[in-house]
Amino acid sequence: MGYVPNTEKDKKEMLRLIGVDEIEKLLKDIPEEIRLKKELSLPSPLSEIELKKEMLILSEKNADLLHYTSFLGAGAYDHYIPSVVEHMASRSEFYTAYTPYQAEASQGMLQSIYEFQSMICELTGMEAANASMYDGASATAEAAMMALRITKKREVLVSSALHPNYRMVLKTYLQGIGITIKELPYKDGITDADAISSSISDNTAAVIIQQPNFFGCIEELSAINTITHKFGALFIVSVDPISMGILKLPGELGADIVVGEGQSLGNSLSFGGPYLGFFATKKEYIRQMPGRLAGATADTQGKRGYCLTLQTREQHIKRERATSNICTNQALCAFAATVYLSVIGKEGLKKVAELCLQKAHYAQKEITKIKGFSSPYSAPFFKEFVIKTPVSAERIFKGLLKENIIGGIDLGNYYPELKDHLLICVTEKRTREEIDRLVSKMTEMAKHGG
Amino acid sequence: MLERLIFEYSSEGKKGYSLPEIDVPAEPVEKLIEQRHLRKELPELPEVSEVEVARHFTRLSHENYSIDSHFYPLGSCTMKYNPKVNEDVARLQGFTNIHPLQPDALSQGALQLMYELEKYLAEISGLSRVTLQPAAGAQGELTGMLMIRAYHQSMGNPRKKVIIPDSAHGTNPASAVLSGYEVVEVKSDNEGRVDLEDLKKKADAECAAFMLTNPNTLGLFEKNILQISKILKEHEILLYLDGANLNAMLGLCRPGDMGFDVVHFNLHKTFSTPHGGGGPGSGPVGVKESLVSFLPVPVIEKKDEHFYLNYAHPKSIGKVQGFYGNFGVMVKAYAYIRTLGNSGLKEVSENAILNANYMKKRLEGYFELPFKVDCMHEFVLSGSLQKKAGVSTKDIAKRLLDYGFHPPTVYFPLIVDEAMMIEPTETETKEVLDRFCDAMIAIAKEVKENPEIVKSAPHTTPVARLDETKAAKELDLRWKGKIS
Repeated sequence: MGYVPNTEKDKKEMLRLIGVDEIEKLLKDIPEEIRLKKELSLPSPLSEIELKKEMLILSEKNADLLHYTSFLGAGAYDHYIPSVVEHMASRSEFYTAYTPYQAEASQGMLQSIYEFQSMICELTGMEAANASMYDGASATAEAAMMALRITKKREVLVSSALHPNYRMVLKTYLQGIGITIKELPYKDGITDADAISSSISDNTAAVIIQQPNFFGCIEELSAINTITHKFGALFIVSVDPISMGILKLPGELGADIVVGEGQSLGNSLSFGGPYLGFFATKKEYIRQMPGRLAGATADTQGKRGYCLTLQTREQHIKRERATSNICTNQALCAFAATVYLSVIGKEGLKKVAELCLQKAHYAQKEITKIKGFSSPYSAPFFKEFVIKTPVSAERIFKGLLKENIIGGIDLGNYYPELKDHLLICVTEKRTREEIDRLVSKMTEMAKHGG
Repeated sequence: MLERLIFEYSSEGKKGYSLPEIDVPAEPVEKLIEQRHLRKELPELPEVSEVEVARHFTRLSHENYSIDSHFYPLGSCTMKYNPKVNEDVARLQGFTNIHPLQPDALSQGALQLMYELEKYLAEISGLSRVTLQPAAGAQGELTGMLMIRAYHQSMGNPRKKVIIPDSAHGTNPASAVLSGYEVVEVKSDNEGRVDLEDLKKKADAECAAFMLTNPNTLGLFEKNILQISKILKEHEILLYLDGANLNAMLGLCRPGDMGFDVVHFNLHKTFSTPHGGGGPGSGPVGVKESLVSFLPVPVIEKKDEHFYLNYAHPKSIGKVQGFYGNFGVMVKAYAYIRTLGNSGLKEVSENAILNANYMKKRLEGYFELPFKVDCMHEFVLSGSLQKKAGVSTKDIAKRLLDYGFHPPTVYFPLIVDEAMMIEPTETETKEVLDRFCDAMIAIAKEVKENPEIVKSAPHTTPVARLDETKAAKELDLRWKGKIS
């Protein structure tokens, strides 16, 4: 089946007007040597019934989190998504719309982007936010590039407690333009302050820190901010938006650019995407920002309306001198985040954050009571924490999996020195019963040596 | 009456969420995290009820054009219909509710889907392998250009320049610069295609790649593509295809067979996934065998019926996304290809080309047609005749809104004055194409008889023409009120 509505009669009429007798005649600019003489080797077309069945079978080859108890986090989080979010994001007036370049026909999307920008400013304590980036990782890389543009320096300092995948993306983005990236070691779960002091110099364009960091620990942002600015570098913080329900605002602490992964705000896990990066900065740097911006204005009758603005920063106008090459962003994911933040609201965000905090601390406390399981770091944490395991983390992980529990992330995969460490995440969706079951399985494994 | 901001519905104590009571022993927050790390005031997010949220966003939806409600002949954007069954299958729990870091053994369906989608795209484009990681076309361009850089580096010299036609999308030069290259522009000839003489002058051993769109942004097939490829080969310059216009090639010809080394796809254009009001898209990149070792990690492999993510790829350029790309978008594109198969895809391109040529024929007597040749899936008109009468292409675009149509892409490509770039796609009926052409012809008549009505358009949209200068001058990017 296909989606082409032209009938044979339509085609004939159209060809007649064009003045040719067959479609083939319209293809004469394709050189004969490169015309495809064979059929594409693809599976046979499916009817809707067949497709649905095949897709269901394929989807069921995945273990979805309804059937597992997951303590996975590390940049993708199993937070609650209120039903109204999906319903609004499923409205085809939004999901089948194009980028709102024609403002008068796109007020719905533009106003929601303006609301999104406002909410991100509120969450981060910054003055301006854009309409979204691809994800938290690329938003972090774009922040680094913006700092390089502003400071005209050639070196970036990045905490090794920034998500390892974000660091990889950063490296990829900066490899072409030949920028030096220095990694700052971590100590007791947070970025080593002494290492910052000894690594930073007048050549440093930016210092990049994650809050809470990859280990779930809360960084000493205020102190880092002071050192960073002393050397004329910009302070970039990548934050978990849910933690902003209780943690101090990076903007208030002096950050110049605040970015992060917005998936937690009403977007499903979806095997890693589509998610959304958010990107916020100070007023003075607005013109150096990447990505789209919606602004309020008025129409010829003086009525309030919205349009995309400062487009002269963007690739379709500035071409090789644009602030970024980004065009398509993650608009619908940002829209879902806007609906989420509307419905969760001021008090709700704090509640979600507190539920995560309390449950994660309960889990950590119970796990560390088990003989052989310990907490290697003393730094405070939010919803994720590191546990040192008595046998290899891989063995614990596999044992839990037998009980349909996904027991976190084996940190040895990212940090060779942390082979016997698990990164465990507890969101508001995990119940005490689920946490207790995790603890009791771990206890059994401790007794029987895994 | 225009819809208010969600913040303007807020009042203290209203709530729209439902969260469980805490079921673990709770401790004071300050005991868990020192006070100095804690936020003093709550964020000024709205306090509203669920019904207000539902009504607010539903009303906003009524102020928006979309492909489900309107024809969208945006050139280079391929605004085709987004099949509903693809939305349904993409929302299956087994696709939405899976974590990117769950073990491969628990993600076999997702990995199989990605593995097969890569294979399909490789077959459609005539290339060796594909990465699905880039989130959109521009990120695909960056990925492709970094692989080209890595390739030349492996040959001893990354080279300095990238050649780009003057008709190219803005993302091309922006991506080339981001990859560390200088841009060299090559002219279009008087037929609207790459000027071979100019290309010969500019191609040298300092050039790493030529980034080309084919059919180009004028909707014309680069019929000298084999000569272009030959000129480049002499200097070992790689040929990059901006795949924005792949909708004209499906099953008819393949980039790999015409000399392209690297191709990016736009699943949100050619493969029917919705644009989402500006995203998410998906921008996979296909490469020839000689560039396979530079693909981003992880690469999806299959061994004895088991699919797995392979990070052991030492020459890889690294990662461009936190995880594996926009998986949810890939599911829809996969479903689309499975629905259409070879015959359906070929029908797509043939009808896209037929529709564009039909519209071009119907409109060419009323607007200037800068290049009087057969087009592929899109064509470019110039509003220069109307401009002489004091009516700009922007005015015509806004007037189209009054007739119930989204305007074409305007003022692009840059080499055509007052450009209007029209791409109907294959999913529109002849009746819609006719109604659109009738509207364009009626507007051309209005320009002569009653230009004011065009210049002051739109008249029927929720707001009249918006003041973009004011928006840029008096920047207002966020709500600054205080919630009571």
